[in-house]
Amino acid sequence: MTATQPKPRTSRPGLLGIYRSDLGKKYAMAISGVFLLLFVFAHMVGNLHAFEGPEQINHYGEALRELGEPLLPRTMLLWVGLRIPLAIALAVHVHAAYALTLTNLRARSGSYDGRNYLAAGYASRTMRWTGVITLLFLAWHLADFTWGIKTVNPDYVRGDVYGNLIASLERWPVFALYLMAMGALGLHVWHGAWSLFQSLGINNPRFNAYRRIFAIVFATIVTGGFVTVPIAVQLGIIG
Amino acid sequence: MNLTLRVWRQAGADAPGRFETYPAEGIPPEASFLEMLDIVNERLERNGAEPIAFDHDCREGICGSCGVMIDGVPHGPQLGTATCQLHMRRFDEGDTVVVEPWRAAGFPVVRDLMVDRSAFDRIIEAGGYISVSTGSAPDANEIPVPKDAADAAMDAAACIGCGACVAACPNSAAQLFTAAKLVHLNLLPQGQAERDRRTVAMVDTMESFFGSCTNHGECETACPKGISIDTIALMNRDYLKARLSDRRLLGRS
Ligand code: FES
Repeated sequence: MTATQPKPRTSRPGLLGIYRSDLGKKYAMAISGVFLLLFVFAHMVGNLHAFEGPEQINHYGEALRELGEPLLPRTMLLWVGLRIPLAIALAVHVHAAYALTLTNLRARSGSYDGRNYLAAGYASRTMRWTGVITLLFLAWHLADFTWGIKTVNPDYVRGDVYGNLIASLERWPVFALYLMAMGALGLHVWHGAWSLFQSLGINNPRFNAYRRIFAIVFATIVTGGFVTVPIAVQLGIIG
Repeated sequence: MNLTLRVWRQAGADAPGRFETYPAEGIPPEASFLEMLDIVNERLERNGAEPIAFDHDCREGICGSCGVMIDGVPHGPQLGTATCQLHMRRFDEGDTVVVEPWRAAGFPVVRDLMVDRSAFDRIIEAGGYISVSTGSAPDANEIPVPKDAADAAMDAAACIGCGACVAACPNSAAQLFTAAKLVHLNLLPQGQAERDRRTVAMVDTMESFFGSCTNHGECETACPKGISIDTIALMNRDYLKARLSDRRLLGRS
């Protein structure tokens, strides 16, 4: 009859100890989320080089690989400074989401007859799904433009960023896939970029109202910026 | 007023539950929701049927025992109001009203609409107190408290522990309750000495019973006392600070 306490928690010291708690996982989600948001924003801005033509964007791609040269070997900074930290942030984000989802499903007992949501929006209630869609899309996207897997992008030429993106986004199913994925990412960011402030306890009456606005503006700019490239390819503006 | 009730009936904790439909006819619009249930129960008893079990005590919105899910909203359609303070004039003639108990693994059903909310007691026991004597009522004025801190603590202290926040949360999280109790004590000078220990103990206990917050904001809307999710942010910040400073490492617990 009494709710049984499944496992009495005693918190352990250290960062991993904090991560063991649910709130710790929320902090981890928020901090890795900030990093991923920064990346997504920079990626979106970088993409706009496509409008400057093949030379500019191919040069931009090469410049990323040459970051840190001549002090560091080619692609070293790209790996150590960007790719590996991003992979870690993503792994933490996904693991925390997975663990918290299990916790939350266990905490429930059935659903209500005709539940009326008053505050929870579409974005917040679909975080799980938009997250999974974005993750699956990421696999496709890497196969498409980074690894150049032939089944995904048969005309892939290493180093020809401009040619590759046209070859891929010209095909309308791929175009549709990118639009859908960016929609999912936008929804995810719409809630996430607000939620992270709450999770980290960044709350002050002076700026509370701006947190939601920030998230909406950020999500709109990122999604809007990303979709311009595939749309421009379809319209023949790029190509 | 003539209404139809669709009520969750469950004979005991382990018994299977189901919805039953009852007519609720001739209900005075000035009756409270609980009085409406009283009237229906009287008729049920007269017909030799089991009355609908529900929790209630003060019937003036301060004890927190009466919460039920009404038409998919905790405490029903009137926001900022406990079930006992909801009046039947809020419903329309001929409405079908769905009444359910809170649903969360941390709140097992005892019978019909009654749930066991003792998980909340465990959270309070973990740290929802100040362990030294802070004096009697007049002594409170001995310790000056800034007006805004006193106001914010008072707003948090308005929590009646009804459990609507957990019931409303798609994750069955008890963040709003725990945060209200924490903020109430953590903002006051009397609560400072035990602030870290209290925060960690109460959050850890909360997490062993309930889900985790995904910032939907449903709890804030459901709360009959209008407690803000700003308290949750404060709790998150306090917990992080407490865990990072981790006094046990310094032998200062
Ligand atoms: S009966 Fe006490 S709050 Fe409703």
